[in-house]
Amino acid sequence: MKDISSAIQLIPLEHYILLSVALFSIGLMGVLFRRNTIIILMCIELMFNSVNLLVTAFAAYHSDPSGQVFVFFIMIVAAAEVAVGLSILVMMKRNVDSVDINLLNRLKW
Amino acid sequence: MTFLFYMLSAIMIISALFVVFSKNPVDSVIYLIICFIGMAGQYILLNAQFLAVVHVIVYTGAIMVLFLFVIMLLNLNKEIIVRKSKVTRISAVITGGIFFLVMVAATRQVIEIHPRYPFSGTVGLVSEVGKTLFHEFLLPFEISSVLFISAMIGAVMFGKKDEVKNFK
Repeated sequence: MKDISSAIQLIPLEHYILLSVALFSIGLMGVLFRRNTIIILMCIELMFNSVNLLVTAFAAYHSDPSGQVFVFFIMIVAAAEVAVGLSILVMMKRNVDSVDINLLNRLKW
Repeated sequence: MTFLFYMLSAIMIISALFVVFSKNPVDSVIYLIICFIGMAGQYILLNAQFLAVVHVIVYTGAIMVLFLFVIMLLNLNKEIIVRKSKVTRISAVITGGIFFLVMVAATRQVIEIHPRYPFSGTVGLVSEVGKTLFHEFLLPFEISSVLFISAMIGAVMFGKKDEVKNFK
């Protein structure tokens, strides 16, 4: 256990920033890349989690538990968002019989 | 120990790429679960045990099962037929790459970040996080229950069949 928690002192914070930015840009790319709404929702989850990881890294480097509580709140909001988003997806499937995001293009205007 | 960090990072990034590029939505969910388990490992490396456990329970336990449930319910577990046009796909990849480059370039310019306080090994434990949660953040914690109940009501309202159509 002591060995594991000493890893935080060996890894520079910049590497956590790089990892989070990589995951965030992969999620952004997925949102723009796919037409399937459920995969777009999953990519949004990926972006959420990359931000969570970065906040946790900063909190751990500051030895401050408030940051981890904040991550906990982000998880709460993400869980609520997923419930609503998936119900919107079910409604969309029922109404237009597809999960293609391009069929909702009238929402743009 | 630093080896574990880089191995987990590689697993996470590769499985995140597979989430975007795999054809079957069920495969995407499985790769996202792999990515989230890697992220729980990162939380343990950061000495945030509470967040690691909550992440495994909430994300890989509840949310991804919800995704799988919706995919199975709506019978979406088949290969994709429609894709975006080639121009859109290439520009999506370029946009992601440029975003990554800009963020990396921006963080390269910052002054070197040092840990501000001497490292404390107990900061991510359940007792410490719980003390902070119930002393300083009690009101937001209670308000989040209101958020949950409104999300639940909203999900039920969305999920109900449209009764308005019958009157037309």
